[in-house]
Amino acid sequence: MSALTTEQPVREPAPAPQPDEQPISANLPLTPSQLEAFGAEMDAIRQRIIADLGEADADYIRKVLKAQRGFEVAGRALFYLPPAWPLAVAALSISKILDNMEIGHNVMHGQYDWMGDPALNSRMFEWDNVCPSEQWKYSHNYIHHTFTNIVGKDRDVGYGILRMDADQEWHPYYLGNPVYALLLMLFFEWGVAMHDLEVENIVAGKRKMSENAALHRGIMRKVKRQALKDYVLFPALTGPLFPLTLAGNATANLIRNIWAFNIIFCGHFPAGVASFSVEETEDESRGQWYLRQLLGSANITGGKLFHVMSGNLSHQIEHHLFPDLPARRYPEVADEVREICERYGLQYNTGPLGHQLFSVAKKICRFALPDDVAQVPGVGLVRALLGKGKPPVAVVAEAA
Amino acid sequence: MGLTSTLLASRTLAALTSPHGVDRYLELVNPMWAAREVRARVVSVERETSGEHPVATVTLQPTSTWRGHRAGQYVQVGVEVPGARRTTRCFTISSAASQPGERFTLTVRAHSEGLVSKWLVEQARPGFVVHLSQAQGDFTLNESPATPTNNHLLFITGGSGITPAMSMVRTLLRDGYDGHAGRKVTFLHYARGPEDQIFATELAEIAAADNGVRVVLRHESAGDPLFSAIDLARLVPDFREVDTWVCGPAGLMERVELAYDGSPRLRTERFKAPVVKAGNAEGDVVFSRSGQQVANTGASLLEQAEAAGLTPEFGCRMGICFSCTARKTEGTVRNVLTGEESSLPDEDIRVCVSAPVGDCAVDL
Ligand code: FES
Repeated sequence: MSALTTEQPVREPAPAPQPDEQPISANLPLTPSQLEAFGAEMDAIRQRIIADLGEADADYIRKVLKAQRGFEVAGRALFYLPPAWPLAVAALSISKILDNMEIGHNVMHGQYDWMGDPALNSRMFEWDNVCPSEQWKYSHNYIHHTFTNIVGKDRDVGYGILRMDADQEWHPYYLGNPVYALLLMLFFEWGVAMHDLEVENIVAGKRKMSENAALHRGIMRKVKRQALKDYVLFPALTGPLFPLTLAGNATANLIRNIWAFNIIFCGHFPAGVASFSVEETEDESRGQWYLRQLLGSANITGGKLFHVMSGNLSHQIEHHLFPDLPARRYPEVADEVREICERYGLQYNTGPLGHQLFSVAKKICRFALPDDVAQVPGVGLVRALLGKGKPPVAVVAEAA
Repeated sequence: MGLTSTLLASRTLAALTSPHGVDRYLELVNPMWAAREVRARVVSVERETSGEHPVATVTLQPTSTWRGHRAGQYVQVGVEVPGARRTTRCFTISSAASQPGERFTLTVRAHSEGLVSKWLVEQARPGFVVHLSQAQGDFTLNESPATPTNNHLLFITGGSGITPAMSMVRTLLRDGYDGHAGRKVTFLHYARGPEDQIFATELAEIAAADNGVRVVLRHESAGDPLFSAIDLARLVPDFREVDTWVCGPAGLMERVELAYDGSPRLRTERFKAPVVKAGNAEGDVVFSRSGQQVANTGASLLEQAEAAGLTPEFGCRMGICFSCTARKTEGTVRNVLTGEESSLPDEDIRVCVSAPVGDCAVDL
């Protein structure tokens, strides 16, 4: 587990708190002066990688791009051979997963803007997904990455549909939490596309339908293009195999949805990941922003191929610390980040996919119920099964 | 357009390759295949002059998407310089007007600061591929065999500013428009010395031929006079009444503009060079889209724009979301996170984490 090897340079121990200082909060256990030192160490990592960006990063992303386009063409072509249908679906799924995750998500973060290549530029890239890149960049790059895990500000906490945090007030609606999560998983790209419409705020009367008109148009334009390609043109090109190709394309989209949902939900929802209140994060320093990103994210362990297929979001912690560094650099900075965490006595949340997924599933079920479960008749049994009797509030406290 | 190009540019193919577009697939097979984008293969690189800042003529074979150019136009050339950074600069086309898909040449001086010019002169080899825009610019020769006039044409150029004028003269001569066809041409060029003279042989040939083109070369090192209205009046007495194209270093342009005293016959072309910083919170910040100019306070461009009453788009205000990206057209900015300074013209920057160093212009 320890990333400390003999090759690591000897580093200064974390500074002790000044006598007149307090940690920011139970969730953010460093004092302002410690945060400053902590932030400076993170900045130093960032600086070093930025100075080192070059051919290796460019070659890498172009290689992934080439592979993705190869899988895509292969997938589309294999639909002409009915016995190869499963292979076609697999190739197309891989293409869509690479396109959305290691390429799309990362390119749209501006990770490769320094290359000056319009094909890899955050402002111009469009992904193979029904959500228009313009809208996604707003809700993801800005809202989610800036206000990560601040309940009430980060709309990725539950996506406006789920209850994923004790600080979200319970309502009988949330009894359906597991069902909603299942639906969101199956229709993930649609969920992401609708995300910006803030339907929950419209229902709550906080947002007017008219505010959505422009967004709506953008979504419809993108949906039409995606649907035309996957559900009309390519199936039509295979003539009598139309239904098979259509089903294959739909399956590939579904597989991508399930995969992306699972990876993404492991990023912020496993037990032990902290969430924050608006008050806690007022007048936040850069160091505190880093700390919040660290404690609000969780990694997934795995092999190299797994990391590529997850768009390196398996390094969610590093991604949140350095969202605009090329994702292929995350494994390399992870060692350092862990070492810093050890010195500062901070939690670094990581685990294998199965473990993290189980933890997320538990959370989804647990928050379906009110905090004081005992008050709901007949849930004592469920509670005993799910959470060793601990009230859900404790999940948040654990993070501190 | 051939059948292939019609097919490649078709809406069906665009729909099938959505959202990336046909070119993103074609380029992986062969960089010279394109449906929309323009690229070119380097055919040859020939040195025109040697010395500290050598000049070379680069012949390019563009993709079939190239729409051709009018004499005097320029093209944006993007090359991948070491460090995998595609860098784009404008270069005037030096060959005669081209038809769609036709070869053309650029004549480039390798500036010590110029990443792309140095690459073109010193590194480019036949077979290398560069990225292009379509030809751009209005500093052009509009007369053509189809629209003959008897006007006297005057070209005044300095240093590498000779290229657009060269393209025009070449076009005129190629299309049979010389002195015999009733068109007098005066070609006045200023260079540091004979060793710096671009197109020396060709200019000597043009001067010697019986074509009504008068070539006057002024070499500083040989003690020739610098540009002056009096000197010009000796060559072309009624110069203010003559269609004139001027292109060259800022000093020359200023003197010519002064001499022409607002005459509408004068057409000018300026080149943008990196502006070197003048100090921290000095200089002026120009917000070009809104036409505002403010004194640089040293704060981030986003804050300065807001202080000037503008409302640029922004998100995180800390450099992570890229919402605030805008084009800096001139000047130097410092990235407040990394301390890195950059003076490239026409560069996309995040205004929330970029502070101007000296004069700076941003498209906000
Ligand atoms: S506002 Fe987010 S990068 Fe500038």
